[in-house]
Amino acid sequence: MMMHQSHWIVELLNLLASILLLISFAMLSRRRTQRLITLYAWQGLVLFASTCLVAYSSGQKELYYSAALTLLLKVIVLPWVLYRLIRDLGAQWDNELLVNIPTTMLVGLALVIFAFGLAQPISMMANTITRNTLGIALAVILLSFLMMITRRKAVTQVIGFLAMENGLFFAATSATYGMPMVIELGIALDLLVAVFILGIFFFQIREQFDSLDLHHLESLKED
Amino acid sequence: MVRQFGEVLLAIALAPLFVGWIAQCRAWLQSRTAPPLTQPYRMLRKLFHKEVALAADATRLFRITPYVLFGSMVLAAAIIPSIATDLPFARVADAIALIGIFATARVFQSLAAMDIGTAFGSMGARREMMVGFLAEPALLMVLFNAFLLSGSTALPSLVEAYSSGPLSINPSLTFAGIAFVMVLLAENARIPIDNPSTHLELTMIHEAMVLEYSARHLALIEWASSLKLFNYACIGFALFLPWGIATHGADGGWALLLAAAALVAKLIVSGAALALIESLSAKLRIFRAPEFLAIAFLLAVLGLLVHLLLGS
Repeated sequence: MMMHQSHWIVELLNLLASILLLISFAMLSRRRTQRLITLYAWQGLVLFASTCLVAYSSGQKELYYSAALTLLLKVIVLPWVLYRLIRDLGAQWDNELLVNIPTTMLVGLALVIFAFGLAQPISMMANTITRNTLGIALAVILLSFLMMITRRKAVTQVIGFLAMENGLFFAATSATYGMPMVIELGIALDLLVAVFILGIFFFQIREQFDSLDLHHLESLKED
Repeated sequence: MVRQFGEVLLAIALAPLFVGWIAQCRAWLQSRTAPPLTQPYRMLRKLFHKEVALAADATRLFRITPYVLFGSMVLAAAIIPSIATDLPFARVADAIALIGIFATARVFQSLAAMDIGTAFGSMGARREMMVGFLAEPALLMVLFNAFLLSGSTALPSLVEAYSSGPLSINPSLTFAGIAFVMVLLAENARIPIDNPSTHLELTMIHEAMVLEYSARHLALIEWASSLKLFNYACIGFALFLPWGIATHGADGGWALLLAAAALVAKLIVSGAALALIESLSAKLRIFRAPEFLAIAFLLAVLGLLVHLLLGS
């Protein structure tokens, strides 16, 4: 009976992990900033579900706290703050890509293969029930990196940064059943503060250059 | 043999009804007065009673194409296990041959569209080939996902493998399922790629190819395209929702009736879902179609990768 139940949990976890990967690819293929924020919220929700599942199956009480923190911060507060930010900035629509979408997706596919290859020997050594999902966690991190690299606007780069943190969190839960509570609280607070500070940065950047294009930050001197 | 004929006849009879149901759902969602469910049948009857008008320089190819289209779609319906898996025809061809049958139909339709020599016909044919050559590999990848899970390339044994094994969730099938819906929309000239009810020749793909057809030829082509949609829906059921299909050994009269009821229920739900997708999305520019289908292809490949990694 117990064996059967844990089999179900592993399958459900694998499903949630692949949904996480799917959302990362959806983020790569979207053009509108608004959609990206919605997808980020969905990613948080899937992360919440998978953390709860890991907490239930491993019996670790602290994981429930970090799941609750995920729900509060990544599903409700941060998307709301970001929504307000882009509304105030009037940046709901514009989103210029450096590379076109099919090419980005192809590079993303190569990254997924790389991540899976990288994770294979590591997950051999782990003994958690979630070890198979480590490759997916690594892939989510790398895909968020890719999103930060291929987007030009400041807001989308911040969303990429936040999605990368989601991937790191997922990697932590799948490799070692989560980090110590103090570290997790610290990271959560860091994220919140980072979003507020970056929000102020957005306004400063726009005031200086009349646009959120980070391209302008590359020149050090005014001509 | 009875099962085989019964299944094909059911497919031929139900296909226009399925199209009518989707049209009705779309009308409801767009708060228009819905046409009656029997509208496609009335249309077919009207077309069969009319006299054929042929272009002066139409060759024999132009005239035989409607029959080829209809015949290949009926053959495909005979191969796909929609209500029972123990079909004499299904053992002859596997899913890859099935894609070949669809490709044959596409080639004939494009050639016939170019045959008359009108600008719209050849434009539609070229667009159809573009969409087709991008959709085919995506569909193959989707099928490979299912083949890997069941270890066979034949659709009936796939269904049998699902229904005999323990119920399990396969992450790779979520990717494959989304990719399959995208391919279905593109292949059947539905909204993100093509608008089936457009009157604007410049945006047409499928309609531009059949502009020159009339009367019974047009009726056969319309019927064939509704059969194509029905076939795709049945492939989707066999791959992702194989419950209720009468399997080998357990296909008496009641099991077949139950399978037919399950098929109708699945068609009702999937038709409503298709109408919802079509109402929520806008038609893409033709040059965005490669992007759309590239995403479908990559999703299917991702499904394969996830299957290999998670090993489930």
